[in-house]
Amino acid sequence: MTRYLRECSVVFRRQLRMNLRNPAWVLIGILQPVLYLLLFGPLLKPLVGSFGVGTDNAYTFLVPGLLVQLGMFGAFFAGFSLIAEWREGVIEAERVTPAARSALLVGRLWRDVLQLFVQAMILVGLGYAVGMRGSVGGVVLGVLITLLVGGACAAASNALALVSKSEDVMAPVVNIVMMPVLLLSGILLPMTIGAAWLQTVSDFMPFRYVVDAVRDGFAGDVASSAVAWGTLWAVALFALAMWWGASVFRRENA
Amino acid sequence: MIEARGLVQTFRTGRGKEKKDVHAVRGVHLDVGKGEVLGFLGPNGAGKTTTLRMLTTLLRPTAGTARVAGYDVATQPVDVRRSIGYCSQVGSTFSGAYAGDEVVDHGMLYGMSRRAAVAKGHELFEMLQLDGLWKRMPKNMSGGQKRRLDVAMALVHSPGLVFLDEPTTGLDPQARANLWSHIEALRSEQGVTVFLTTHYLDEADALADRIVIIDRGEIVASDTADELKASVAGDLVALEVASDDQVSPARERLARLSDDVEVAGRRVSGRVARAGKAVPGLLRELEGACVSLESIEVVRPTLDDVFLTLTGRSLRDADAPSLEGEKQ
Repeated sequence: MTRYLRECSVVFRRQLRMNLRNPAWVLIGILQPVLYLLLFGPLLKPLVGSFGVGTDNAYTFLVPGLLVQLGMFGAFFAGFSLIAEWREGVIEAERVTPAARSALLVGRLWRDVLQLFVQAMILVGLGYAVGMRGSVGGVVLGVLITLLVGGACAAASNALALVSKSEDVMAPVVNIVMMPVLLLSGILLPMTIGAAWLQTVSDFMPFRYVVDAVRDGFAGDVASSAVAWGTLWAVALFALAMWWGASVFRRENA
Repeated sequence: MIEARGLVQTFRTGRGKEKKDVHAVRGVHLDVGKGEVLGFLGPNGAGKTTTLRMLTTLLRPTAGTARVAGYDVATQPVDVRRSIGYCSQVGSTFSGAYAGDEVVDHGMLYGMSRRAAVAKGHELFEMLQLDGLWKRMPKNMSGGQKRRLDVAMALVHSPGLVFLDEPTTGLDPQARANLWSHIEALRSEQGVTVFLTTHYLDEADALADRIVIIDRGEIVASDTADELKASVAGDLVALEVASDDQVSPARERLARLSDDVEVAGRRVSGRVARAGKAVPGLLRELEGACVSLESIEVVRPTLDDVFLTLTGRSLRDADAPSLEGEKQ
C-alpha cells in the first residue's frame, strides 16, 4: 500500500509540477463560472424568491450550481492533457515501469481534484464577497460532494482519452454529454419551475441530485433527504468512474 | 535474456461483416544471450514493433510464450518490467517538462529514491553528452538530443536489457553516428544486452552481433551479418569497358566465374564467389583478350542483398501496408 501511494504521488507531483509551470489553466478554468457569478447572478436576484427553493439569496442558490458545473466540466477536459502525453510516448513509457498501472490514473486524479479544490475555493470566496450566505458546515459538505463528482468526471475523461486517443473523438463526446447535463441538472435555474414533463426527464439525470444536494448544503439544510441522495449519487458515480478508469489503465493492450 | 517460443499476435480490425484478423506476428522464435546486441530487422509492418511490444509486456501475446530476463511476460509482467528498459519509437518524455525531472520521476516509478534517481540521471546525462540540458524542455532539444534523452530514460534504473525501437529514425547522419557510438558503448562498457529494431541495414550491420530478419510476421533469418552476407551467392563484380565491341569478350570472361552476368550498356556485372581471389585472374584474362577497362568495382553483398535473396523483394520496396495505426 505504501508503495502504491508512493507511485501515485510520483505521478501526482510530476503532473502538479507541469501544471504549476502553466498556472494560466487554473484561471482559465475558473473564468467561466466567475463570469456566470458576476454577470448572471444579478439577473437571478429579483427571481430567486419565486423559485420556491430553500433560500431567497440569489448567490446561495447560484454558487452551488456553478460549483458542480465547475467540477463536472473542468474535469471533463482533464483527458485532453492525457492524450497529449500519450502521443509523446509518456503513457507507454510509464506502462513499462513496474508501477501499478492504476496508480498512473490515480496520481493524475489527485492533480485534477486539487486543481478543482483551488478553483472551488476561489468560487466560494467570490460568492461570499458578492453576498452569498452559507453555513460553513454546509459549504464544506457541498465542496466535498463537488470534489467527489469532479474526481468521477476526471476519471471518466481520462479513461475516455485512453480509449479514444483522439481529441477529435473526445471533443464531440464531451460536448454531447455536457449539453443535456447542463440543461437537466438545474445548474442555472431550478428544475422545479419547469413543466412536469421536463421535471420527469430531469429525474433521470444523476447530476441533478448532486446539484440539489450541494444547494441544500449551502442553504444550511445538511440533513435533508436531497443531501443524502446527492451524496449517494456522487459516491456511486465516483465508484463507477474509478472502476472504468482503472480497468482501462490496467488493460493489457491499451 | 530473451527466449520467445511461437509468439503470435492477431489483431481484429474493421467493423461488423468486414471484421477480419490481421496476423501481425505468426509464430516468432527468438533467443538473445546476455551481453548480445541483437539487430531486429524488417520492413515497416513486418511485425517488429508488435513483437517488441509483446516482449515488453505492452501487448499480451495471442499465443506462444516468452521469457524475458528470466520472467514470463504473461504471468510475471511486473518482474519483466523491472528488469528491462524500453525506448519506444515515439519517445518517452513530455515536450513541456524539464528533461532532468522526467528522468528522475521515471526512476522513481521504478522504486528508486529521489537521491539515487538524481545521481543516476546526472551520470547518464554526462555519459550521453546531455550535460547542461537538465533544465531544458524536450521541445527545445534537437532530434538527436531527444533520442539520447529517451535512451537515458530507458537506462535510469540500470536494466540489464534494453529495447530500442528504431532509435535513429528521423535523425540526421551525424546524430545517427553519435547515437550509434553510445549504443555501442552500452554493450562494451556497461555489459547491457541490447535488442534493437531498425529498418536500416547499415545500422544493423554497424551495431549488431547478430541479426534477425522478420518479414510478414515470420522470422526468415537469424545469423551474424557476415554469415548472412556469405549466404548470398558471392560479391558483385562490375566491369565498365572502354568501347562497345569489348562488351561481349568481357561478358564471356566474366561468365566463366559467374552464372548471372548482366549487361547494361558498357557495364558488365555478375556475382562472383570469393571475388577477392578471383579478380586478379579475371583481370589477366581480360588483358589477354585485349579488353581495356574504364573501371572495375567489387561490392560486398549488403544486408539488402540478403533480404532480397531471402524474400525475393528489396527491403526498400518491401514496406507492407502499415499496421501501425491500427494496432495502437
